[in-house]
Amino acid sequence: MSTPLLSQGTPPVVRKKISDPLPVRILLIGLTLLFFIGFVFLPLGLVFAQAFQKGWDFYLEAIREPYTIEAVKLTLTTVAIVVPLNAFFGVTAAWAITKFSFPGKAALKTLLDLPFAVSPVIAGLIFVLLLGSRTPFGSWLGEQGIKIIFSTPGIIIATLFVTFPFVARELIPLMEAQGRDEEEAALTLGAKGWQIFGKITLPNIRWGLLYGMILCSARAIGEFGAVSVVSGHIRGQTNTIPLHVEILYSEYNFTASFAVASLLVFLALTTVIVKAVMENRFQKNSSQH
Amino acid sequence: MAIFQKKRRNILPGFGLSMGYTVFYLSAVVIVPLSMIFFNAIPMGWEPFLSAVTAPRVLASYKLSFSTAFLAALFDAVAGLLTAWVLVRYRFPGKAFLDALVDIPFALPTAVAGICFATLYSPVGWLGEITAKWNIEVINSPTGIVVALIFIGFPFVVRTLQPVLEELEPEIEESAHCLGATRLQTFRKILLPHLFPALLTGSTLAFARGIGEYGSVIFIAGNLPMKTEIAPLMIMSKLDQYDYNGASAVALVLLVISFSMILLLNAIQEWQQKEYR
Repeated sequence: MSTPLLSQGTPPVVRKKISDPLPVRILLIGLTLLFFIGFVFLPLGLVFAQAFQKGWDFYLEAIREPYTIEAVKLTLTTVAIVVPLNAFFGVTAAWAITKFSFPGKAALKTLLDLPFAVSPVIAGLIFVLLLGSRTPFGSWLGEQGIKIIFSTPGIIIATLFVTFPFVARELIPLMEAQGRDEEEAALTLGAKGWQIFGKITLPNIRWGLLYGMILCSARAIGEFGAVSVVSGHIRGQTNTIPLHVEILYSEYNFTASFAVASLLVFLALTTVIVKAVMENRFQKNSSQH
Repeated sequence: MAIFQKKRRNILPGFGLSMGYTVFYLSAVVIVPLSMIFFNAIPMGWEPFLSAVTAPRVLASYKLSFSTAFLAALFDAVAGLLTAWVLVRYRFPGKAFLDALVDIPFALPTAVAGICFATLYSPVGWLGEITAKWNIEVINSPTGIVVALIFIGFPFVVRTLQPVLEELEPEIEESAHCLGATRLQTFRKILLPHLFPALLTGSTLAFARGIGEYGSVIFIAGNLPMKTEIAPLMIMSKLDQYDYNGASAVALVLLVISFSMILLLNAIQEWQQKEYR
């Protein structure tokens, strides 16, 4: 913001910022680093140290093992179904909440965040109570030959619940800040509903939408508690990547467990870096206006 | 002008469609499944419900979950304030990278965090060797649970404090400085009260998350009955015994507490907004 001012020859405001003395700064940065070493660097470093303990060949073997590949496939299937459903819902809910005034809006927004306040184990429990073979609805489904709990659909539904708020949560503040002026202007110029959405709203929210979908995918890949309740832990059938990591670990097959976990760490690192880069981009965009 | 804006009409299309789908999807995915807890806990009747949630093992698990989540949230408040302060106020090499890494607990699957801390603090682990020398029990003890929950809750505090710290006007500190306050006085009397609502919000979020956390805890906790069994694990073991009503009763208590936290948070935020007016 200050660059155009400077180029016009306006003298910059010289202002001595009050800051902490150097020893205090060094001490506080040191303490922060110490915390990060204990809680971030050592745990993440440990994953790779353990994963490569028996060398590259063992690492590759652990990752190429058929059960691992089945787990990766199941996780990817879940993500491919859950993320589009929740993204579509997120856009719809954000449109309803930010483009219109209606009573009960605050309550609706609180309800959208509900899954964040629910323990993952409870998230799994509710679907066992609703669809498990010992419940009326579940046993009726069973008679029709449909099995949901302890099979893939159960995993998908539980993940749907856990990742429910992510996209809506990203889009609502963004679209609230953008207001409805542009859409209303388009309307007065004769644009139809889908035209307004496709040509005005969607381009405005595309980064927020993408970002929400990335967070949604990260959680869908990594969800453990909820999926653990509904999966039944059948190897090669209802094992997602985190569940596979758990099974290998509890069999004392640590090296293989950490090898598979290293895939998830790599994914988590990618997620946080993409997030940082995109936030940087957001800020640059908003300061241009 | 303000009068016109207040009664703004809804002229954009698609309200019925988007609102209808929102309510339908919300009900199908969240409301109806969650209500199953009530439908399974309420027919139990008051007496069996009470005896299910006050069984010694269940009570011990509640106590453990609340005390460890509270201690972790307290630690996170201090560590989070420190980190947010350093990231907003100072410039040093690697700062952007550190800032990005704050989100690792959000992005890392909880089971991976769990096996990391369990291995790190095992008797032959990198940190377990050190804690063993000092005679501190971490693995298979409540301390281990606190360690895992500190990791899980930490980003909530940093991410709620950062924007508030960034928006603090330098004039406030400058005038305190001109009036002769030392840096520590300025921090205690001016900055801390100003940051307090955000600090409270962040730590409450960390606390609420800690109560329900499962994946990162079970590996390091050892899950010894009456000693290191957390409340979500009690739900899990009741489910394994097909005790659906018992599991729902334990879950209902946790849910009611989590929802009261959300309401409390909304109240804090309203109070915060009033303060600024």
